Amino acid sequence: MLEKKPIIFLLLATVTILIGTVVTMVAPFWWINDPKLAIASVKPYTPLQLEGRDIYIREGCNNCHTQTVRPLLSDTERYGEYSKSGEFAYDQPFLWGSRRTGPDLARIGGKYPDAWHVKHMKDPQSMVPRSNMPRYDFLQRPLDTSLTERKMKTLKFPYTQDQIAQLSGKTEMDAMVAYLQKLGNDIPWRKAARAEVVGELKNPYQDNMAVLPEAKALYQQNCAQCHGKELKGDVGPALSDLDKPDADVFTTVYGGTQAGMPAFGDTLGKERIWKLVTFLKSHQKR
Amino acid sequence: MTQQEGYADDVVKGFIIWSLLWGFVAVLLGVVISLQLAWPQLNLPPYLSYGRLRPIHTNAGIFGWGIGSFMAFFIYITQRLTKTRLWSPGLARVQLWLFNVVIALAAVTLLLGMNRSKEYAELEWPVALLVVVLWVIFAVNIVMTIVKRREEQMYISLWYVLATLIGVAVLYLVNNAGIPVSLTKSYSAYAGANDANVQWWYGHNAVAMVLTTPPLALFYYFLPKSTGVPIYSHRMGVIAFWSLIFMYLWTGAHHLLWTPVPDWVQTLAMAFSVMLIAPSWAAVFNGYFSMNGQWHQMRENYQAKFLIFGITFYGLQTLQGPSQAIRTFSAFIHYTDWVPGHVHMGTLGWVSLVIFAAIYYTLPRLYRTEIYSVPLANLHFWLAVAGQLIFSISMWIAGVQQATMLNAANPDGSLHYSFIETLIELYPYWYARAFGGIIYFVSLIVFIYNIAKTINGGKAQALAQKA
Repeated sequence: MLEKKPIIFLLLATVTILIGTVVTMVAPFWWINDPKLAIASVKPYTPLQLEGRDIYIREGCNNCHTQTVRPLLSDTERYGEYSKSGEFAYDQPFLWGSRRTGPDLARIGGKYPDAWHVKHMKDPQSMVPRSNMPRYDFLQRPLDTSLTERKMKTLKFPYTQDQIAQLSGKTEMDAMVAYLQKLGNDIPWRKAARAEVVGELKNPYQDNMAVLPEAKALYQQNCAQCHGKELKGDVGPALSDLDKPDADVFTTVYGGTQAGMPAFGDTLGKERIWKLVTFLKSHQKR
Repeated sequence: MTQQEGYADDVVKGFIIWSLLWGFVAVLLGVVISLQLAWPQLNLPPYLSYGRLRPIHTNAGIFGWGIGSFMAFFIYITQRLTKTRLWSPGLARVQLWLFNVVIALAAVTLLLGMNRSKEYAELEWPVALLVVVLWVIFAVNIVMTIVKRREEQMYISLWYVLATLIGVAVLYLVNNAGIPVSLTKSYSAYAGANDANVQWWYGHNAVAMVLTTPPLALFYYFLPKSTGVPIYSHRMGVIAFWSLIFMYLWTGAHHLLWTPVPDWVQTLAMAFSVMLIAPSWAAVFNGYFSMNGQWHQMRENYQAKFLIFGITFYGLQTLQGPSQAIRTFSAFIHYTDWVPGHVHMGTLGWVSLVIFAAIYYTLPRLYRTEIYSVPLANLHFWLAVAGQLIFSISMWIAGVQQATMLNAANPDGSLHYSFIETLIELYPYWYARAFGGIIYFVSLIVFIYNIAKTINGGKAQALAQKA
């Protein structure tokens, strides 16, 4: 009988569709807006960061990079602290993505120095051999700031005229790097993670020449991009004459530094870092 | 040949031909971006880079090829099932023009980087507004034709047509809500986890309302038409229809498992995704049981091959989908190549095979002729199936391998592989995917050649009759 009354049919179908919609799409607005989930240290984007974010959207970076760290070991060990709802309060639109052709970027902010990002965006393969990321050297063109103020007003983000004035002379690359450096950095997770080196700091491979070939390969894969193939330095300092105790070198590689050196503890593990330390120390001029 | 006088069919021809053109663009771009993933130097930024081309690939596929064909066949089917001429053929001609303008505008604006970033809802607000106008014109025409029908009973296909019209409208309006900054730039009306939840309510139900209900409408119409057998169970069709459109809308958050969206939303999505197996497979069994005693047609009737393989891929898709929607399995394969493998079984297998069958059935009738070559149609079938399987299977293996590597740990608890070490292992699978895509592309060229020859043959016959 329903099959003979198209308008009633249409109305019933609409109601049927709306039930699940209301429960799983409309209702969660109350849960997600719960003040308990807000994070006070999360700040809106500055004009430069917002322009960078819009370039990220324009270039479709979210087609290959996600921005949510899941509470799973393989995610948290690789990228850092898992993502919280409150961290995305200013993200219109959200940029969580759906496919990790490249790595997740939710915690990329502060992992590398600016110079690393510039070099990597210009020529990704020079920093990560066999990466399949396209080159974005064209981003070194001037940033179009004609809409910046209107964008900030539309999103109701606070800004100063000083911040707007500082945009002159900036490139799209500057904006992109500023955006990347903010990502995931509004909660102090990195500092907390850094304090975590535990156990006795004694090099099990001290003066063990047998580990050098493996350690050299590790160096070329993980360190050479910034410290140079010959340890002469580039983005990071030269390492050809390290005058530091093994334990200090280990701590730096394991936990990173405030100056911009990323932490390798989670990705390489203690064994391989000790091997790297042995390799680095073998270059010390005696 | 049945008498076709009285039905507004010129516009059906137009939609079929234009949707074929957009389908060609979609698959060609798919091949291009699959090559870009394997050989990054093929990216030519700013315009011809993967990040800008992929949305054009998905939009041309879903909206150009998918929606374009469904507009053709909804107009075709509705007139025949209601025994009524289309309410306004003039409006339908406007619709065809507007459709092509919108898809072309979409391609150009996306190439220029005007992109809202939300998957399958990338179009900036002026283009999105045109989509809304387009849909309203289409919906009014179909609904008015049904209201004025001369056949009292509405066949199953018409239910799916009506559900599609209302479903797409609701989804599109809500997810495209935005705050314009200028003509070419807007921001989403929702923020963060809310925006994510709205997006995937939309994203997954675009799969429901664009890639499931319309091909089901076609399947329920063209299977009996092409094979001469009635649908096995009307009652199973009724139950499957209502439970499908009820359950689908609960499942969007299975795209967001383990993200900061509330846990209870994720759990509901997971449960309803598993429950969806029932109505999905009701349609599959309705197809299979209808073929009882008629399976020899798989050998003799090439259209039956397309339809039955299509519904089979739908069946596989609706088992694989719910399994991916389970938290533990999602933790493993989400964000890997497994997912594009899954998606393309649905689009290249299920949806496209059913549309191909519908075109093979209708086009010769519209042009009052026979298909130009059945052997070419068979070649098209086997190339399409082979290309799709090479694509999907290589992506499933790639996904499992990368997931395994990403989860591998050392005895001291650190991860065994860096991200780039897992990526390097994917290149061979990416070559295989591009190869599968090229085969599918060749199958499409064979199809288009066969169709073009059929149309030309039909036109020549018509001229000869006049003379």
